[in-house]
Amino acid sequence: MKYSYFPGCSLETTARSYDVSARRTAEKLGMEMIELEDWNCCGATAYFHIDEILALTLCARNLAMAEKTGLDVVAPCSACYKNMLETNIRLKKDDELREHINLALKEDGLQFSGQGRVLHLVDIFLEDVGLEKMRELVVNPLKGLRVAPYYGCQILRPKMDRENIENPDFLENLISSSGAEAIDYPLKAQCCGGSLIMTKNSIALKMVRNLLKCATDNGADLIVTTCPLCQINLECYQKQVNRIYGTQFALPVFYFTQLLGFALGIPKGDLLIGSEMNSPAPLLTRFAKEA
Amino acid sequence: MAEKPSFQKEVSTLMSVMDGNPIDVCIQCGTCSGSCPAVEYMDYSPRQIIALIRADMRDKVVYSDTIWCCSSCYSCTVRCPKNIKITEMMYALKRYCTWKHKHKGGAIGPGFSRKFVKIVVKTGKSYEPGLAPTFMFKYGIRGMIDNMIMGMSLFQKKRIAIIPKTVKRINNFRRILNRIIPVGVEQ
Repeated sequence: MKYSYFPGCSLETTARSYDVSARRTAEKLGMEMIELEDWNCCGATAYFHIDEILALTLCARNLAMAEKTGLDVVAPCSACYKNMLETNIRLKKDDELREHINLALKEDGLQFSGQGRVLHLVDIFLEDVGLEKMRELVVNPLKGLRVAPYYGCQILRPKMDRENIENPDFLENLISSSGAEAIDYPLKAQCCGGSLIMTKNSIALKMVRNLLKCATDNGADLIVTTCPLCQINLECYQKQVNRIYGTQFALPVFYFTQLLGFALGIPKGDLLIGSEMNSPAPLLTRFAKEA
Repeated sequence: MAEKPSFQKEVSTLMSVMDGNPIDVCIQCGTCSGSCPAVEYMDYSPRQIIALIRADMRDKVVYSDTIWCCSSCYSCTVRCPKNIKITEMMYALKRYCTWKHKHKGGAIGPGFSRKFVKIVVKTGKSYEPGLAPTFMFKYGIRGMIDNMIMGMSLFQKKRIAIIPKTVKRINNFRRILNRIIPVGVEQ
């Protein structure tokens, strides 16, 4: 299948490994992701703190450009995904708002009509490839590796129709398809603090500590995420958490595309495994039989 | 002369709050507060914020820390038995405070969000190093050192871009944003 790929700002910088591994793994699985041309920021959370219509307009421009390609848009970042998904829903049901924004989009020769779907990268792995095919294609089964699935917020909420919003299991299924063991822990869908890590540091650090503690107490070797902000909060702030709380966390946190890509036999370097502050590479070497 | 609208009315008209149920249907059950991962840091819980709005106690709400403790995780929204979009209400309050320049002294959130918008309007994309000055120096010397070490480590791992990227049709992009404002703004 072909998709319009919307990387989002983080994937060009702090989450480059997510971008590289997403493209590489999708290609390996026969999915074609064509980067959306001239995409702009989704507004994150901060734009909505200043003006809502302008923030929706940012997403509407991206959606209108994706529409032109005739393809569904797929976002690897959970915040981009949530913003585009919500904008799509809002503009489709609010005629006046859509007209207002469409008038502005004319300045770039664009129109939003709401034809395409908005998908998270996880969705296309689950729907397009499917777990069965994934299991067949695994060449490095990660037997014995204990992985904590971390959902975070925006991939689940506020979208009300995703099945099992309180206790989702799609990440567990993806992890299991790689041969690894998905551990169960109560905080898997609890917030990582998001941008509070910058604006309300102490709150976010405590949230991160709680998550790391919960995952470690339940036997996790590493954590897998689907969102660049979750990754940076859970991984890069471990030293600060350790200093403040007197803990000794050194837990690798990486993206589901890196885990699956590695299981599919893609070399670690091609997935940018090792660009983390606590590299998961040492945990993975025993499985390496890279194709 | 007509009476000035109540604070509750003002908040309710801030767009997406009206998308769900209005806050007058709140039954004060506290499910939102019980679901909030940041509630222990707030001066008023989300349930109390709704009660304060309904009591028209505007200053208690706009100068509270609560608004800036919300990480927009939507745990409250998906659990509210009365289908009030509490996260959207927090967003609306953030907008109310940033527009009126009324917020708790020392809060980093408002300046951070303003800077974020400025960067996006300028380049069409967000750029983390450009945001750093809004919070870098607000956590004491230790915090500053921590942030610098973090920046350097990310740089070493090639996870920070030195030059911000800009969308190609940036002029069209800015024209779109200008058109949203009813009278338009000359470039």
